[in-house]
Amino acid sequence: MKQSEPQHPNRRASNAAAAAGAFRSSSAVEGVAALDGAALKYPGFLFSPAVHVLCCLLSAAAGFRFSRLIFLLFFSPSPPSSLLNHYNVPFLRQAPAAVLPPPSPIAPSSRVVVGRHGIRVRPWPHPDPAELGRANEILARVQQEQRLQYGVKDPRPVLVVTPTYARTFQALHLTGLAHSLMLVPYPITWLVVEAGGPSNQTAALLARSRLHVIHLPFHEKMPVLWSDRHRFEARMRLHALRLIREQRLEGLVLFADDSNVHSTELFDEIQILEWMGALSIGMLSHSAATDTEPRRQQRETDKENSPLPIQGPACNSSGHLIGWHTFNSLPLGHNDATFVGDGATGLPIKLEWAGFVLNSRLLWKDAEGKPDWVRDLDEVGIGGEEMESPLDLLKDASFVEPIGDCGKKVLLWWLRAEARYDSKFPTGWVIDPSPEIVVPAKQTPLAQAPPDIPIKKTASDEVHVEERVSKKGRSSRSKRNSCNKKKHEQHAEAKCQTS
Amino acid sequence: MGSGIWVAALLIACSFFEGISAVEHELNHRTERISGSAGDVLEDNPVGRLKVFVYELPSKYNKKILQKDPRCLNHMFAAEIYMHRFLLASPVRTFNPEEADWFYTPVYTTCDLTPNGLPLPFKSPRMMRSAIELISTSWPYWNRTEGADHFFIVPHDFGACFHYQEEKAIERGILHLLKRATLVQTFGQRNHVCLKDGSIVIPPYAPPQKMQAHLIPPDTPRSIFVYFRGLFYDVGNDPEGGYYARGARASVWENFKNNPLFDISTEHPTTYYEDMQRAVFCLCPLGWAPWSPRLVEAVVFGCIPVVIADDIVLPFADAIPWEEIGVFVAEEDVPKLDTILTSIPIEVILRKQRLLANPSMKQAMLFPQPAQAGDAFHQILNGLARKLPHDEKVFLRPGQKVLNWTAGPRGDLKPW
Repeated sequence: MKQSEPQHPNRRASNAAAAAGAFRSSSAVEGVAALDGAALKYPGFLFSPAVHVLCCLLSAAAGFRFSRLIFLLFFSPSPPSSLLNHYNVPFLRQAPAAVLPPPSPIAPSSRVVVGRHGIRVRPWPHPDPAELGRANEILARVQQEQRLQYGVKDPRPVLVVTPTYARTFQALHLTGLAHSLMLVPYPITWLVVEAGGPSNQTAALLARSRLHVIHLPFHEKMPVLWSDRHRFEARMRLHALRLIREQRLEGLVLFADDSNVHSTELFDEIQILEWMGALSIGMLSHSAATDTEPRRQQRETDKENSPLPIQGPACNSSGHLIGWHTFNSLPLGHNDATFVGDGATGLPIKLEWAGFVLNSRLLWKDAEGKPDWVRDLDEVGIGGEEMESPLDLLKDASFVEPIGDCGKKVLLWWLRAEARYDSKFPTGWVIDPSPEIVVPAKQTPLAQAPPDIPIKKTASDEVHVEERVSKKGRSSRSKRNSCNKKKHEQHAEAKCQTS
Repeated sequence: MGSGIWVAALLIACSFFEGISAVEHELNHRTERISGSAGDVLEDNPVGRLKVFVYELPSKYNKKILQKDPRCLNHMFAAEIYMHRFLLASPVRTFNPEEADWFYTPVYTTCDLTPNGLPLPFKSPRMMRSAIELISTSWPYWNRTEGADHFFIVPHDFGACFHYQEEKAIERGILHLLKRATLVQTFGQRNHVCLKDGSIVIPPYAPPQKMQAHLIPPDTPRSIFVYFRGLFYDVGNDPEGGYYARGARASVWENFKNNPLFDISTEHPTTYYEDMQRAVFCLCPLGWAPWSPRLVEAVVFGCIPVVIADDIVLPFADAIPWEEIGVFVAEEDVPKLDTILTSIPIEVILRKQRLLANPSMKQAMLFPQPAQAGDAFHQILNGLARKLPHDEKVFLRPGQKVLNWTAGPRGDLKPW
């Protein structure tokens, strides 16, 4: 009852003594005390304390406090319907009270009453699914409005060029890239160039993304050695660029390799591009074998290399392009990885394609406003000349625009992580769905042979998987009836009961 | 003749299209102009429209109190101190009391703080009375009008009733000596003893730099539907509930604690300001008094305020059309709050957000140091200017006395 806080409601300690019973009766007291205060203004003010004393004695006798109930029923001015919404508490706890009878002097036209009020709880205080739907519509519309007002005006479409081929890690990389592209709020056309011809696997992965995809076949196989790969990929990308030129596709050309990781900010930042832009890439190709390298050599390489694993434009203090940061990670680490998947990750070339963005009009044959410091695409491929980076398309590299706060923001990460070039994986990453454990007819129910499960070997031979499937198919027919109980068991204990 | 008709038709068509494009231009705008019942007055400049004379009171009424407890500069009642400083340096200040329209008495009645930082109002009536006695004896201007052209800043819970408990405040009523003066206060409730006619309701003080420091980019999508952080039950003073906030906050908790649309809790996170900028609606329910700094925070952060306080009078109500900006929910309708909020038409919500995005709206709620155009200091002066010219009843005939200097509780008459 003694409060240290100065802000305290009407706790009139003097009247507490009059309260009978073991229950916390303070609110009853204050209720009646306030009534007392108010009643002083009314004639017959001695009546209510007498009633109060009587009620208290009766409460002590009865064992519960009913005075509140009487006041509720007889003196409460508020409508009884609001009381039904109150907490249903057992009589031991004090129920939150009704609005007090005649309040202290407030102007008669006010409907706001000072004092203890009930806590209104509706009978089913849980959310309504229709309302949740409406609220989500409101949120979606508000966010759309925010995008309209504060986001990019007149968003330009994005043409994403991705070289790929069917291999173990393709599902990992393409799914990640597909999900990144699905989050972009601008219209996307995804040009996927596949080495080794169009395959159903790739088509299935692309179809799941529900984006507008142009699946271009490139009828040569992807080379196994890393050194050949960069040139090969450049040729694949050129193939896509030629398509853009032929079909006069409109938009910003982004080179998204399937193993790279892109941030959504990247797509927002490139919208301001005029002709050709460069952005900073984080290079994640550091091999794991650096501790074998002698320290002296490492210090030397550190000196000639930039300390940060970033490739991208270098700007001076006024924000103009003055050069390039290239990260040459070849000297770092004893990298023996010559072929794909040889324990270490692949290494980048000096300036990766992924760090450049083009306006597709640069590639068109005749585009208005095309600047004269750009070479025509057809000229570049002539004479066996290889395009190593998009800079080869320019006569003058100083016109490149730095993107992402003049290259200070790293907007994507470059990584080449692949499994061994001859590794095997289940086609389409679908495990054969029949999980029946079948025991050959002439054997005992308790399995003595090693368990017969196709899923145990993770990078298992596809060939072996085929065999297992066919074996199961043969023997399953004989044991189907008795093994019904174990139909969905995937583990080896073949506890089929022979009936 | 035929060509004349063609020309006329062409002109009409042109104006038609122009009208449409003008409307479209308006719709694409992020904000909308705000005009209240007094007209388009938010951006008025008070300089030249009124003159204020600042009484020089001994420092025991202002500076010494502040020196004893500098916490008064940061709590929500700090408006009285900052208004004094603003007026001392403002162009509306005049050193010639004969030409002054309004007289200001700098007495810091809300600066007697407990160790926890809450102001104790027990000495405030005596302090105010002592200040008024001083100005009425040292200058003739009080007696000329018995205070009708004087204004006082009383930002405490229930204004010039000088008590934190509503029932006690109502019992005391407004200090009798202030009967004729204009009161500038944060408390506002219709038909309440502690709000007299002609008072100017102001927002509570909220530190502007602190709020600016927590701004996030405006294109961050608003993904929280309803947001509230604060007490639902004041366990120290009202453990059962029902007294605090007239049961409204407890009702919000009991009805919506399981509702995923309502992000409500008593825990105060460090990202409180950032979260408000990610919310569409911010609840501003009453507490022990109907006003709170939440309204200011909601306006600054662009979150639509949902005011749950019956009969409340919001700041600068004649300059700001609050019904068009916020949502008002009666305390008895709190159980239906989710239905009410989800059935507001989307165009209405977008319009409210546009009104809130108006920078003059945000500026009017703040007390920046140094003062800027359109801020709360200027709105107070505008409000005072709108009450000019004083009518004849203000000036008393010589010898006429209206105030009773011995009215009020006996304790108030003791000297301070």
